[in-house]
Amino acid sequence: MNSEVVAGTRANAEPLLKSGDGAIADRTFFVAVLACGTCVLALVVLIVYELITKSQLSWHAFGLGFFFRSDWDPVNDQYGALPFVYGTLVSSILALIIAVPLAVGVAVFITEMSPRWLRGALAFTTELLAAIPSVIYGLWAIFVLVPLLRQYVQPALSTYFGWTGLFSGPPYGIGMLAAGIILAIMVIPIVSSITREVMTAVPQQQREAVLALGATRWEMIRTGVLRNARIGIVGGIILGLGRALGETMAVTMVIGNRPDISHSLFAPGYTMASVIANEFSEATGDLYLSSLVEVGLALFIVTIIVNVLAQVLVWSVTRGMPARSRG
Amino acid sequence: MAESAKSSASIPPVSLARRLTDVLVTASAAGAVLLVLLPLIAIFAYLVYKGIGSINWAFLTQIPKPVGESGGGMANAIGGSVYILLIASGLGVPIGIGAGIYLSEYGRNRFGNLIRFTADVLNGVPSIIVGIVAYGLVVLTQGHFSALAGGVALAIMMIPTISRTSEEMLLLVPQAIREAAYGLGVARWRTTLSITLKTASSGVITGVMLAFARVAGETAPLLFTAFGNQYWNWKLNQPTAALSLQIFNYAISPFDEWHRQAWAGALILIILIVLSISAVRMAASRGMLKGAS
Repeated sequence: MNSEVVAGTRANAEPLLKSGDGAIADRTFFVAVLACGTCVLALVVLIVYELITKSQLSWHAFGLGFFFRSDWDPVNDQYGALPFVYGTLVSSILALIIAVPLAVGVAVFITEMSPRWLRGALAFTTELLAAIPSVIYGLWAIFVLVPLLRQYVQPALSTYFGWTGLFSGPPYGIGMLAAGIILAIMVIPIVSSITREVMTAVPQQQREAVLALGATRWEMIRTGVLRNARIGIVGGIILGLGRALGETMAVTMVIGNRPDISHSLFAPGYTMASVIANEFSEATGDLYLSSLVEVGLALFIVTIIVNVLAQVLVWSVTRGMPARSRG
Repeated sequence: MAESAKSSASIPPVSLARRLTDVLVTASAAGAVLLVLLPLIAIFAYLVYKGIGSINWAFLTQIPKPVGESGGGMANAIGGSVYILLIASGLGVPIGIGAGIYLSEYGRNRFGNLIRFTADVLNGVPSIIVGIVAYGLVVLTQGHFSALAGGVALAIMMIPTISRTSEEMLLLVPQAIREAAYGLGVARWRTTLSITLKTASSGVITGVMLAFARVAGETAPLLFTAFGNQYWNWKLNQPTAALSLQIFNYAISPFDEWHRQAWAGALILIILIVLSISAVRMAASRGMLKGAS
């Protein structure tokens, strides 16, 4: 009974009347919910344990060089993850380059410019974009986005920007560019909703003060809102990066799944998540499977670091006003 | 009077360049909104346009026909998805709400903070990694790809969302309501379940529905857990079809007939998800907490 009182420091009133029976029931209830809470902790420990033990074989065979070798050859049992690391980074960065200006624009419009009646509807619509399953984005990308890229966008890009070397080679449609665009569409909702959250957390007085100095609305947004919220916005962008790095299905369906490293964004590539998705259930041989798990372990570590960093940045802006910023 | 009007007019007018910048920025922000809405509209339009023609009684009641024969449907995949989601909810909802109760009622301490942190970490784990873990945990133990493994994978994804939203909703319940119950001599567990949880129930349900909608369309964690199946299966330890898996397999296949069915399956999946999200919105707009100020 005492330990409950200690554990429940939040409740400043404890039940006064307790029969012996009630105390036992209380104790059981506490243990039950504690077990549920511990379960969350146990799951993360379990994930780390599974990934580390199952990737031992590959770690011993290739060491750290695993991430710097570019041969992925199941026939000869040689594995190097460099093409996947490259594909994951390039597709995610491309996605952010496209998504960030749009997402911030949407957030600025919804919080600062939109008429009140439109605000709720727009917020709901961007939420809806986040609710569409990845496999449906992939389906749409295969049959709508990729043909569009192949016929119109890629020929135009290679004509006008071919000299950069980024847009050379035959326009397959499928490839890094398609993956980057579909990822951008998928991370826009998360970046824009976090940006919205941190912008709402900026005190109203800031806006009024800047307006009182004679600023136009844009000057007010730039100096009064965006400047104060910038750390949180960076946090939102990094959170979007975390989402893009781990995204599997839509990317797998359009990136082309070839473990090559190419300058051109038109060329097919492969990401860490998609190689696991494609090859895990068919991986024969312990070293093959172990190498795939090691790719997963690396992906896990990177996404955790990215997510924690993002959380800290977002908290540093919204801390102290959680009730207002949520919504 | 005239003097004061003059003095207020002596503030220099906003220059043309600044006004132009303001208009340009407003226009480009509105442009960004339109550009973001465009793919959303395009996706829904295509889903309806391509999917609606293929949804018929056979699609909803038959299992897939072999390649080359037209007709057949996704009945087993729809049933399989429901089956896997039921397993996932059965495991994930009680644990998630239990963890939420622990965090809000007993978790104002270090251990609570640790669990909050790990829940946020778990939320950010890529779904394909969850698949690997469920594979190691269930598939290797059972020796089969199975419905149970798929359910476990999805449950792992539901737990952090449910526990964090439940905690938030339970914390919104005023302390005075708990105290009123204690004052009547109600035991703490009874207060938590029948008073606190009940008051917060619509908010908690919102969280559960959101988690449900999030995992309903998940494909990556099912690839090597539930695996997919061309036939009906209701056994826990056998491979099971799922709507999202079927959409994926059909979309990357070379057959037009299968592409058509992939669109139809996608339309059904999105209808299910939008329905559950709209239900959440309606519940949320009617007030998270009934009877509490």
